[in-house]
Amino acid sequence: MLSRRIIPCLDVRGGRVVKGVRFRDHVDVGDIVELALRYRDAGADELVFYDIGASPEGRSVDYAWVERVSSLLDIPFCVAGGIRDVVTARAVLHAGADKVSVNTPALERPALVSELADAFGVQCVVVGIDSIAEADGEWRVRSHTGDPAATRALPLRTLDWIVEAQRLGAGEIVLNCMDSDGVRRGYDIAQLRAARALCGVPLVASGGAGTMRHFVEAFRDADVDGALAASVFHGGAVAIAALKRELRAQGIEVRDE
Amino acid sequence: MVTRVVLVDAGGANLGSVRYALRRLGLEAEASCDAAAIRSADRVILPGVSTAATVMRRLRELGLVDVLRTLQAPLLGVCVGMQLLFEHSDEDDTPCLGLLPGRVTRLRPAPGVRIPHMGWNRLQPVRADPLLEGVAPGAWAYFVHSFGAPVGPECVLACDHGGPFAAVVRRGSVAGAQFHPERSGAAGARLLANFLGTGMA
Repeated sequence: MLSRRIIPCLDVRGGRVVKGVRFRDHVDVGDIVELALRYRDAGADELVFYDIGASPEGRSVDYAWVERVSSLLDIPFCVAGGIRDVVTARAVLHAGADKVSVNTPALERPALVSELADAFGVQCVVVGIDSIAEADGEWRVRSHTGDPAATRALPLRTLDWIVEAQRLGAGEIVLNCMDSDGVRRGYDIAQLRAARALCGVPLVASGGAGTMRHFVEAFRDADVDGALAASVFHGGAVAIAALKRELRAQGIEVRDE
Repeated sequence: MVTRVVLVDAGGANLGSVRYALRRLGLEAEASCDAAAIRSADRVILPGVSTAATVMRRLRELGLVDVLRTLQAPLLGVCVGMQLLFEHSDEDDTPCLGLLPGRVTRLRPAPGVRIPHMGWNRLQPVRADPLLEGVAPGAWAYFVHSFGAPVGPECVLACDHGGPFAAVVRRGSVAGAQFHPERSGAAGARLLANFLGTGMA
């Protein structure tokens, strides 16, 4: 049986892993390869590297670190941030990433998703979605979330975008529920359940993990395929080995060694 | 002792990852689309992250279809590279290399069965094979694919996602892994080492 995936997300800037509080005040927390291997050894099933500088700064992309990671890592990893065309995606994939994740560029030009799927196959194409609950009760999409000052509210309904992204060729959806993000009160189960009902490709929950219980809820109650988290892993609040023991005890299939 | 390993450069995006995995085993492989280089290798690996039709078209353009069909050295297909070993793939209705009998078909979605099959799944023993030496029954491997090969006579490890499919196949000097050994931790490394070693002799 296919296991559920635990996916630490590492923010990368200038070839180093950084940590910020509410997208600001980034501090250096270590070398990319060193941290990647530490998470691999701890039992992570997959890693996401989010190049936080790339998109908001609109700068040219330097993905030399992707090759360093790929040469030493023997679990899959995805690169997000700053990928807005097939040429860049090809460079990242050829450097050794297994998947690329697109968010704002796919909202600006949805055909990008199809171009990537045609060039590399749907299994390489992840669509990341930042979503927020609005006053009228609808979940809607935000773009340019890498920089709070630049973030834009779009009229697009999150659930419509999930359907459209799959039609265009997304092989996986990462749904980041912004209301939950960073506050550690649990994943947004209601929103994830609504997404799950419309999502025939793998769905990854993002935003809100604070305790092991939150992971259990996301898998058990929203039937997601993977759960992504950053601060709880980086800060040591949740250890992956203990988390997997707990998930297994709750009858949720996870990879052990 | 294996000295020359050639990775067939058919445009597959995981070429670099496979090369690094071999480097971790202490072996420097060369990527090539040159027929003579491929024919004279000790081991040949056909990686593939793309679609069956794309890779077959590229192999035809490079004049490598017959080279692979008549190869003397052991051949390992990875992911799409394994699917191409069979006669036909339903992905874009593509005629393949025909080194192994059978047809590659689309995995069937069902409630709780998402396509692509993406993530870690268990390898189920089908029959003993030197290629599997040291790979524990039930070991985890990383899969990402939407099509699968049948559990036929050449299948040595199977997997299940809405139905059984072949995870590792071997017949004589022709072998394939549906999962990504370069991303499957210790089990993947062991399979690659066996392929390079005496497992295929």
